[in-house]
Amino acid sequence: MATIEHAGVSAGRQGGTPTRSEIEDFLYLEAQLLDEWKLDEWLALFAEGATYDVPTTRADDDADSADQLFLVADDYARLQHRVRRLKKPGAHSEWPRSRTAHSISNVRIVEAEGDELLIRSVFVTYRAKNDVTDCYFGHHFHRIRVQADGLRILSKRSMLDMSSLRPHGRVSIIV
Amino acid sequence: MATAFEKHPTGTGWVVEDHDSFRVARTTFTDQDVLERERGGIFDRCWLYIGHESELPNPNDFVRRSVGGRDLIFNRDRKGDYHAFFNSCPHRGAAVVREDKGSSISFKCFYHGWSFNNNGAFATRFAAGTYPDDFNKDGCANLVSVPRLAGYAGFWFVNFDANAESLEDYLAGAKDFLQVVADHAADGMEIVGGIQEYSVRANWKLLVENSFDGYHAHETHSTYLEYLVDAIGGPAELFPSRGNISRAYDLGNGHAVIEGPAPWGRPVAQWIPAWGEDGREEIAAIYAELEKRLGKERAEQVAYGNRNLLIFPNLVINDIMAITVRTFYPEQPDYMNVNSWALAPKGEARHFRKRRLDNFLEFLGPGGFATPDDVEALESCQRSYRNRAAAGWNDISRGMLRDEPLADDEAQMRAFWREWDRRVAKAG
Repeated sequence: MATIEHAGVSAGRQGGTPTRSEIEDFLYLEAQLLDEWKLDEWLALFAEGATYDVPTTRADDDADSADQLFLVADDYARLQHRVRRLKKPGAHSEWPRSRTAHSISNVRIVEAEGDELLIRSVFVTYRAKNDVTDCYFGHHFHRIRVQADGLRILSKRSMLDMSSLRPHGRVSIIV
Repeated sequence: MATAFEKHPTGTGWVVEDHDSFRVARTTFTDQDVLERERGGIFDRCWLYIGHESELPNPNDFVRRSVGGRDLIFNRDRKGDYHAFFNSCPHRGAAVVREDKGSSISFKCFYHGWSFNNNGAFATRFAAGTYPDDFNKDGCANLVSVPRLAGYAGFWFVNFDANAESLEDYLAGAKDFLQVVADHAADGMEIVGGIQEYSVRANWKLLVENSFDGYHAHETHSTYLEYLVDAIGGPAELFPSRGNISRAYDLGNGHAVIEGPAPWGRPVAQWIPAWGEDGREEIAAIYAELEKRLGKERAEQVAYGNRNLLIFPNLVINDIMAITVRTFYPEQPDYMNVNSWALAPKGEARHFRKRRLDNFLEFLGPGGFATPDDVEALESCQRSYRNRAAAGWNDISRGMLRDEPLADDEAQMRAFWREWDRRVAKAG
């Protein structure tokens, strides 16, 4: 398993609530790992038991995957499988893999309680494959736990702010 | 009832049925002229799905829908009667409904303010002398209704041809399979909130074929099947008396279905070890209710049969690890818009519903472990049709000599193409 020591906020940080720029570094690291298709390293940013979900377009921020159809609603087992699958040639949609650029901005710490933070950010993610470029945009919610050895993602929710998933047709990348 | 597959004489020349092969010309996926003929011969003449009754539970409810290239309002009036209107103000044409859904006793155009009761009647009062006294005597200021609207087993359809045959005649053998879906629950079925609205850069008929293609699963969806081995925690509890064969059935008028057993869990009602002993008891209780209400044979069909159903031309109801209702329309020969919904028993317990939606997302939809790979395959086919001058034909021959075609044969697609050919030939 890869390490995340190159995270600016990982090893040896000095207690207390991380600053916004430390959080930004963490989100930029996540974006870079995805763009470099370092998916195991990306998964290592998540705590065990973490979740990753993407509601349908035009859903509310507090949409519930137990009573509403989502695009992605991964528990930790499905999240692990998603990564395993994306590395296989049989994941045809991402083999050969697409090129991506994950851009993160408007980062805000919206809640801080104990060792947990809720971060809201705005994203623009480009995906290019087969000479076609698609743009996903929206906002992320990262629930993050501050640990002695760095930050871990407890949940990541990506809200797509397009009016529909058109013309993309898929969220086969991690947005 | 299902009938044997019959051969029909070809019409357009694009569908060639010979003694040793069944082929379709790739120009049918690429040419603008073909799309125009499909619009005239198919989308302007066939019954098209507009929505499920559960989406309009109360009087005054409405949804906005894009159907067959039209912008429509599907609603219930104050008395509860169902309507389908063209979403265009009779005055200048602006949309009178601009939300996805809601509840309203009237609709008001935002441009000049013309308003309408939810039965379509013009409801604006003007000062005397503004319009002639007999203005709207002929109904010219009312919302325009879609010529035909009818429902069957909770599924509502429109037809833009006032002279079309009845919905029931049109549905033919597909009626029974719509009823099988409705039979899942004693209290009826409902569309779950949230629509997967996406596109595929491919011709719409490629998704028709893909939606009931039993042949591609092992090759295209190997990563899903590998996931399944881990996720289900052991073999599903299949119903031995139903056998292990999946078959295809021609339902008439271009409708067809494949039906048979599958290794995944079914919320109604096939248990897998991953659902635990509590889950086993819950599934057993669901099955017992089915058998009491429907009898043994039908209960087994509902619980242990998996169905990929096509209602010609473009309504897919796949009753597999969950139930998806999917419809799709061409915007261009190489581009379609897809809408997918999840259908579930009304009032399903929260953890049952969660189990169902997890099942759905593991396979289905733009973020699932299978659908994106279908999209990749369809778009790859479409891109390769640029070679059509030299490589001009698709082969749809698999199992063509079998009297009782299997689900991984292609008889269900031949049924679609024969009806397509007949209708497009007439529209020429």
